[in-house]
Amino acid sequence: MTTTVTERQDSAGAPPGTGSRKLTERVFRIRESGIIVVFVVFVAVTTAVKPSFLDEQNIQFLLINTTVFALLALGETIVVVSRNVDLSIGSVLGLSAYVSASMFGSHHVGVPVAFAVGLGIGLACGVANGLMVAIGRVPSLVVTLATLYIVRGVDILIVGGNQVNAQTLPDAFTQIPRATVLGVPYLAIAIAVVIGIGAYYLRSFRSGRELYAIGSNPEAARLAAIPVGRRVFTAFAVSGAIAGLAGVLWAAQYQTIDSSAGTGYELTVISAVVVGGVAIFGGSGSAVGAAVGALLLSSINSALNVLGISPLWLEAISGFLLLLAITLDRVISLRLQAALRRRSSGVGT
Amino acid sequence: MAPDRPDRPDLTENAANAENVANAASGRDRLGPAARASLRWESGLGLLVIAIVIFGAMSSPRFLTTGNFFNTAVTAGEIAIMALPMTLIIISGEIDLSVASILGMSSALLGFLWARHWPMLAIFVVVALAGILAGLINGLLVTRVGLPSLAVTIGTLALYRGVALILLGPNTVSDFPSGYIGIGINPLPGTQIPWNLAIFVVLAVIFGIVLHFTATGRSIYAMGASQEAALFAGIRVKRVKTTLYAVSGLVCALAGVLWTFRLATAVQNNGLGQELAVVAVVLLGGVSIFGGKGTLAGVVLAVIAFAGLQNALLLTNFNQEATGIVIGALLLVSVFAPNLAALRRGRLPRWIRRRTHPGGAGGHPAPAVDQT
Repeated sequence: MTTTVTERQDSAGAPPGTGSRKLTERVFRIRESGIIVVFVVFVAVTTAVKPSFLDEQNIQFLLINTTVFALLALGETIVVVSRNVDLSIGSVLGLSAYVSASMFGSHHVGVPVAFAVGLGIGLACGVANGLMVAIGRVPSLVVTLATLYIVRGVDILIVGGNQVNAQTLPDAFTQIPRATVLGVPYLAIAIAVVIGIGAYYLRSFRSGRELYAIGSNPEAARLAAIPVGRRVFTAFAVSGAIAGLAGVLWAAQYQTIDSSAGTGYELTVISAVVVGGVAIFGGSGSAVGAAVGALLLSSINSALNVLGISPLWLEAISGFLLLLAITLDRVISLRLQAALRRRSSGVGT
Repeated sequence: MAPDRPDRPDLTENAANAENVANAASGRDRLGPAARASLRWESGLGLLVIAIVIFGAMSSPRFLTTGNFFNTAVTAGEIAIMALPMTLIIISGEIDLSVASILGMSSALLGFLWARHWPMLAIFVVVALAGILAGLINGLLVTRVGLPSLAVTIGTLALYRGVALILLGPNTVSDFPSGYIGIGINPLPGTQIPWNLAIFVVLAVIFGIVLHFTATGRSIYAMGASQEAALFAGIRVKRVKTTLYAVSGLVCALAGVLWTFRLATAVQNNGLGQELAVVAVVLLGGVSIFGGKGTLAGVVLAVIAFAGLQNALLLTNFNQEATGIVIGALLLVSVFAPNLAALRRGRLPRWIRRRTHPGGAGGHPAPAVDQT
């Protein structure tokens, strides 16, 4: 992996050399456009076979189903780009969904309070993860695997055998995913804006770029006086807060919440992020790519429905897609490496 | 992340051990500091097991009965069995998240073929081959294509579970002959030992010998400590890793058969989500997520602690599904303990001495080196 990471380092952290500038741009183009092309082709083929795939209702359904997924993908991207991973998001989502939704029944709170509670729970979990990874200097895979179990356990203790039912939720809350403007769900627009901000931050802000630098080479980032611990801590805090927020939206969307909400969702989200072109060892990829990855996976689900193919195939197809995506990425980066080597030897002679 | 971090000598024993294991690979492990550190960790686990037994015995009179021992062993059996190849894979610097999906796929395949009236022995052969194939796909993608094992096995986690879904769909198959179901729920004839515990013990001995007393085992440590060094030392890294994944596939297929007979049901979601439990047990056993460090004895002790704890909490009417809290807390202790030991000896980490945040961004059991 060293070679790929080193090569990616050029595209992400350090200012690219003049010779490799064109190639670097090509990497970016391939990484971002590849997944979009796949998505467009997929939609085109499905629509050609079954025009009802692009019905207004089906598109709305698809967008609503993607919102929580794409939002989580944004949080996970921020973490993965810095060569870490957050496995606890499924559990955080579950805890936040139950606690925030049960507030309506027990305390008759308003909708903003529920969002604040969910966000607070997520932020607290994210801060705990971030502190342990950044200050405790413990691998994030292990820390978040542990918090996956702990948060889910707390959730189970709080929920017991209960569940939140739709009738305890106020209409103002359950209508959030259903409200539309010109046929487009408000929520989808809001999430798109959030992802846009996230993508812009990662791409153009100094601290965002530093996350890529950390992901490319943590030691080099430290030597370059990048506050690695603080950046990684922030990444986890943001990812946790996003998971908490996603939990509230999950509650608004599904309305029936027991202690199993979001179980196993973390690996689905990581799949979407990797399919979207984010390198699992950090330093490369974009939030937009991850969002399109999430959109692609949920539209495959929708397409199977429309085409009348058993939804049983979804799991296998998404697994296969993930393998295909990382294999293609590997092949492309090897090809680029070879091109770089040819170019530099050409300069030498 | 590279397992060797020579610029952080003051950090934890983990970093130091990664280097020491490289020495251990040359045969000096008996006296090496790495071995002594793991011994300390294993004695800690031993104390934990004793504490759990005392806790269990005090909280319920049923804890120390043979019937309860049987239940405990039979429930934890498959996770314990899958933890064995996982130990070797993590020590070699990789990870396999697809184990529970291979278990589910084997279970589904068993039910699928049995419903089509195949003879059981032929089914066993097919299931074993399917497990090996599943492991080979993992191994070849990791070693020959050069992909990170974390990403590959998240992909095959979905793929193999998807195959199970396609094979059985929402159906269940449960009309297995009682002789085979007995393997899952009855003890070995004339004893109180469940089949899957006996299989675990046999496999643990075999894996322990391979890991600790053969050249192949030493090479697994070497490639986990530094893959580049292992390559230069002439170790066939790709071949060993591919073999490890294939063996893991075979063992998980076996676990799938045992799981199916224990529940007397083949269903596509058998073992769903158990991959993280397997990883947690291995890490609790003192195996470093960066590879190159850990012992099979530690993992066996962790398996006993895991099973005993789950059972003790069950008997005390603690919400059983919430035992995850305890498992998670133990996992955190297992990674923080080396840091605390360093603190006690006055080897303060830099972040305390300088009151800055250099932090640690390490997150993955990374294959550090391109194998081409």
